[in-house]
Amino acid sequence: MIEGILIGLTTALTIQNILMVIVGCFFGTIIGMLPGLGPMTAIALMIPITYGFDPATGLILMAGVYYGAVFGGSTSSILLNAPGVPGTVATSFDGYPMAQQGKAGKALAIAAWSSFAGGTLSAIYLLFMAPSLSKVSLSFRSPDYFALMILGLTAIAAFSSKGQFLKAMMMVVLGLMLASVGQDSLSDITRFTFNNMNLTDGISFVLVVMATFAMSEALTIILKRNDPTSAAKQVSLTELGSIKINKEERTKMYKTIPRSSIIGFLIGVLPGAGATIASFLAYGMERNLVSDEEKEKFGKGSVNGLSAPETANNAACSGSFVPMLTLGIPGSGTTAVMLGALLGFGVQPGPRLYMTNPEIFWSIIMSMYIGMVILLILNLPLIPYIARILAVPKNYLIPLILFFSVTGIYVMSFNNFDIYLMIGIAVVATYLRLYDFPMPPLILAFVLGGLMEENLRRSLLLSNGSWEFLWDRTLTACILATTILIVIWHIYKTLKKKI
Amino acid sequence: MNINTTKIISLLFFIFSAFYLYTAYQIQVFAFDENAPFNARTFPIYLGYAGLFFSGLKLILPDANTIKVDHKNLEYKKTVILILIAVIYGATILKVGYFLTTSLFLFASYYFLGERRWILMFLLSFPFVAAFMYLLHGVLNIYLRDPFLQLIGVMG
Repeated sequence: MIEGILIGLTTALTIQNILMVIVGCFFGTIIGMLPGLGPMTAIALMIPITYGFDPATGLILMAGVYYGAVFGGSTSSILLNAPGVPGTVATSFDGYPMAQQGKAGKALAIAAWSSFAGGTLSAIYLLFMAPSLSKVSLSFRSPDYFALMILGLTAIAAFSSKGQFLKAMMMVVLGLMLASVGQDSLSDITRFTFNNMNLTDGISFVLVVMATFAMSEALTIILKRNDPTSAAKQVSLTELGSIKINKEERTKMYKTIPRSSIIGFLIGVLPGAGATIASFLAYGMERNLVSDEEKEKFGKGSVNGLSAPETANNAACSGSFVPMLTLGIPGSGTTAVMLGALLGFGVQPGPRLYMTNPEIFWSIIMSMYIGMVILLILNLPLIPYIARILAVPKNYLIPLILFFSVTGIYVMSFNNFDIYLMIGIAVVATYLRLYDFPMPPLILAFVLGGLMEENLRRSLLLSNGSWEFLWDRTLTACILATTILIVIWHIYKTLKKKI
Repeated sequence: MNINTTKIISLLFFIFSAFYLYTAYQIQVFAFDENAPFNARTFPIYLGYAGLFFSGLKLILPDANTIKVDHKNLEYKKTVILILIAVIYGATILKVGYFLTTSLFLFASYYFLGERRWILMFLLSFPFVAAFMYLLHGVLNIYLRDPFLQLIGVMG
């Protein structure tokens, strides 16, 4: 391994590759900040450029873009409540309320430090555990994935907002229903399209996230303009606040970061799971582990609530490289794009990658750490400038949010129908938000819908239509038992409070 | 049973789920797939029942935290106007082009939200969109169809 690290350092520390990491991080941060243009778009845009480099340099550039875009996505989640990346949806739960309280600078600093720590720790885990973790990730079967997704959805419904479990479950079902629109992945049979060609490919994730977060947020702000309770919030939005993290907040982060980085990394290692599930699970786990007093602050600007998903999503980014590099199975949509680029270079990822192209494997791992350092150096001093977006008056900010949302959709499809659909979903979402129907469960369900159906399909076909697959394997049974425990715990806590 | 807006939303969701379930049963699957353990309609059928179950529970069970919204304080007029502007924007963007429609959308939105600083409104619409368009089209190479700019000879 020492030899490998040295090979990695030699490759990663050349001037050209360091420059690639810097350019990638900077470019990724800018793209990630623009709602609608996430890491997948950023990396896809990079592919033609990378073909001019050797495979290691090309992948180093793409990895830098990836981290930068995830951090940039967190910035728009915190400042605008408009997560352009699914992995940063959970960041907005506490990041945006914190920004509304006039602590935008602090929220961005916590996000930057948590991202750095999560990414750094997971790069260390990756260094030591990559070979053995690939074996663990191979042991996950379809029933386990299906159970894991049920757990993720139940956890987010249970923890999304106090006393709103049924509302959250309705939103989960609505998210899964929206995900079921379009062609069935196996048979190509169209479902719920009502003979509309525009729906054949399904509804895009960016459209749903823009409608339910960015656009409905903008509409809610206008709608509640004269509301005395929200007027106070709008005043505080213009305040940046200090970017210094005090001792008490640091203590909270010291506890949150290690455990969130572990869960983020482990989830990231599972093929198909990725940063989204990792950030939601870390958020849910953190809420369960903190004191009752701190629990009350979740969703209202909790330091732990912000630090946990930010650490986990960056840790998962590194983790998602394990199945890609060792098995050739992408751990997320973004690594799927990178896998395509790798194959374009003529490099075949898999267990033999260590031997055939050690410089690629190890230089990516080493460049991850360098990337994290550069991202921190690049972004911390820029926080006051980034946060100035909050000082933009509402009369300008609202149309600009709508503009970014519509542009994000337009550049993806060049289609009026998607714009109308987005406006329609945003109107419904705005009305639902007025009555405290939470949106995050809908988003997670929408992201997981396709994967969930795929894994249920495989499980049912393998068990010949029997539901015994749910308890046949110990791992599946354990995950489902955890899900049931969460539901029972939630009911118990609700009943206890009523008594 | 106390009828409040949350209950009405739950009732609407119940009806929506029933419609979804009905449509799920109408999905045409291949003949050989009809009796398979899993086909294109299996998952949607489960979802339809899940929707009926959760919205039904929400309808039946008493509401512990009733949400009351004071409609008098809500700014419906401006919100509806902005939605209409966005719909018009969506309807014209392909025919007229990105630059003009987006600039006019921004300008009109600022105006209807009560802004009257004309120079700032102009700067944050036309030149802003031009700069953004340059970033997308010129730098990132994302194609933006614009018949208006083509007509006046700015775009090839």
